[in-house]
Amino acid sequence: MSQWVLHGILRGKKTTAYPARPETAAGVSPGRPVADHYPVSALEALLARCPTRVFSSRDGQITADPRRCIHCYRCVRGLEPPVDWSNTYEWALAHEPRHELGRAFRGSIHICVVDAGDCGACLNEVKQLNNPYYNLHRLGFFITPTPRHADILLVVGPVTDQMRPALRKVYEAMPAPKRVVAVGACALSGGVFAGSFACARGVAEVLPVDVQVPGNPAPPLAILHGLLVATGRQVPAVGAGSKAVPA
Amino acid sequence: MDQAELKAEMEQRWPDLAWRSSNAAALAGEIMGAPAALPELCGHLFLERKLGFAGLIVEEGATAWQLRYVFYGEREREQVHVLVETPLVGKTFPSIAKFVHAADWHEREAEDMYGLVFTGHPRLGDFILHDDAWQEGVEPMRRGFDAAAAERQRQPDADWRPRRIVHERGAFVMPIGPKFSGSAESVHFLLETVGEDVIRATPRLFYKWRAIEKLAEGKTVHEALLLAERFAATTAFAHGLAFCQALETIAGIQVPPRARLLRIFLAELERLRHHAGAIQEICESTALVVAHSQAGILEEDLLRISGELTGHRYLFGLLAPGGLLCDLPDAACAKALAQASAVLQRLDELEKRLRAVSSFLDRLEEVGSVPQRTAFVYGLVGPVARASAVARDLRKAQPYGGYEKLSFEVPMEEEGDGYARLRILFAEAGQSVGLMRQAVAALPQGLGAAARSSGVTPLPLRPGAALGWVEAPRGAAFHWVRLDIDGKIARYHIIPPSFANWHGFHLAVEKFAFQDFPIMLSTFDLSVAENDR
Repeated sequence: MSQWVLHGILRGKKTTAYPARPETAAGVSPGRPVADHYPVSALEALLARCPTRVFSSRDGQITADPRRCIHCYRCVRGLEPPVDWSNTYEWALAHEPRHELGRAFRGSIHICVVDAGDCGACLNEVKQLNNPYYNLHRLGFFITPTPRHADILLVVGPVTDQMRPALRKVYEAMPAPKRVVAVGACALSGGVFAGSFACARGVAEVLPVDVQVPGNPAPPLAILHGLLVATGRQVPAVGAGSKAVPA
Repeated sequence: MDQAELKAEMEQRWPDLAWRSSNAAALAGEIMGAPAALPELCGHLFLERKLGFAGLIVEEGATAWQLRYVFYGEREREQVHVLVETPLVGKTFPSIAKFVHAADWHEREAEDMYGLVFTGHPRLGDFILHDDAWQEGVEPMRRGFDAAAAERQRQPDADWRPRRIVHERGAFVMPIGPKFSGSAESVHFLLETVGEDVIRATPRLFYKWRAIEKLAEGKTVHEALLLAERFAATTAFAHGLAFCQALETIAGIQVPPRARLLRIFLAELERLRHHAGAIQEICESTALVVAHSQAGILEEDLLRISGELTGHRYLFGLLAPGGLLCDLPDAACAKALAQASAVLQRLDELEKRLRAVSSFLDRLEEVGSVPQRTAFVYGLVGPVARASAVARDLRKAQPYGGYEKLSFEVPMEEEGDGYARLRILFAEAGQSVGLMRQAVAALPQGLGAAARSSGVTPLPLRPGAALGWVEAPRGAAFHWVRLDIDGKIARYHIIPPSFANWHGFHLAVEKFAFQDFPIMLSTFDLSVAENDR
């Protein structure tokens, strides 16, 4: 068995420095579209190209709602001119300032993960948080199987009809104070599944959501940012719109 | 199997049948049969001809039902489709599950989705639509289905309880899920036991059913592609590819050579990443912490390689019907290949280390064994089937997209236990990197712009239907697409590999101790999202 310990040590430290320093490795985030400087004259082509209505314009200014983006890249591939693309990951949104969870929750937060119809990708990214690259334990986060121990409910998926009762039961079984973090475009707006009779358009239809983490799937660092926002240890990204994503 | 020989034999044994030869690639022919002859005919193809059963595709035409039973063999042009057409007023068909056990769940699905009745089927009822969520008579895939009315008349059966099978003295039931474990997908298990060993295991799936086949109807092909990629996104590229290949068959177009090779490169990169993730889960289920971490590093490495090469860690937004949405530069592919080769080397090192740990091997060897005969009868697919000596790999058996020009092996094992399944994953990872290398080496060089362009062959919109298939990382995936006169989706049916393998999962669990359950679950390499659709 000792060979494993030695082998592990010899492989060196892989863990990201985030949140102390930004992560600069390639391929950690799918990025998101930024339309602030997109020419208004080409707006119509852009709107027609986007399948999930990410873009909207007001007073000649084009804005992109990251919560709707499903990373189809049709606004950058096969469109002239392509929209600007940002490769950041600190994009978790919080709707309203809420009182802090309290000092007791600073160093030890337990997370209950519920898959409410996820395609597998967001869940896989949550799983990556446990590997040495992200190691969420170092920040005092722990994934727990039971809602009774949980402070944060992390929900992925659009909330299918047949998972709705289970999701509610988990939420109700959690002791207060509690936070709900919705992860991924499907959990925020239904994503590509919006419009199906068998699922909701996101978690907000079922539970009060505190933090929204866009992405399809949300990369591990964005989920980490969302968890830090939920515990008041990072500031949310600006541009949080209305409480729910408009249908 | 020779096409003419099969035709002659079929016509001799079943003189009433009409054999329709096909010019379509891979398809030997379609057999038009009367419902009464169905079970025997399908049983013959499955049990005597040893053809694999891909699935049952139900379509509701304007006046008639069309049931299409798809069988496939080990060589090119060995697909046989058995067709049954009856007027819409009749909804009763004989069940073929008596002879073709692999069709069991397909008939249950057709019963739930269309309200068809399969006489002689041992177990219909609560399946996709849960009885404690929906009333009887909801037939969502019917043309006239009114979702609002179904919702209004909502009458879930509050008293619904799973059916218990074990009635021995002292027997009890261990329910698991749908929310269980740290970050597992939502699925429910009913484990029946009288003590240590699991006597009977019944998975209850479809908690995550999003009805994407219904959702796709009436959409354009470009909208439906988003669904094909995203319903099971850990194998997004494979499913997107199967969907695109179906469209390309309908349109009768060829994909540019460079795009074909890049598709193979990306599909194999996805397989490599998926297998690294599956290996990580197996290490996790045996509580081998360092190996779990090391495999986790490799999975994340491959996710980052994918992200750096294509922009997306799960290869979204690359496929387009007719080609690829964007070209990938040669230099970037070469870099990704070098990085993937380095990951493979570390995977090999990990395998060597794992093989030397007796406590790890003890937990995998002779655990969750599936004998070859059972794997065949249940129609298991992918690495799970190949670990039980069932040679099924669509890249070889029904070559598509240029695989016939590349050389690779299909790793096989005979034991059918957890350890055999792990060895298959390691061996296939090596084959995938070999295929990636060949694809990069074959990329057209220094030719005119037209040949170098990965581009997209324009897709003429015309009505028709076709089957697209790929060997997805978890096994054979079939996508049936029918386009209407406007080029919109009229019917989309996905037969994912996890649907076949979940059907046989209980085989691995029964007669084994409770504590081995997570190991069986991880070595069976199942996706709930892929199954639930």
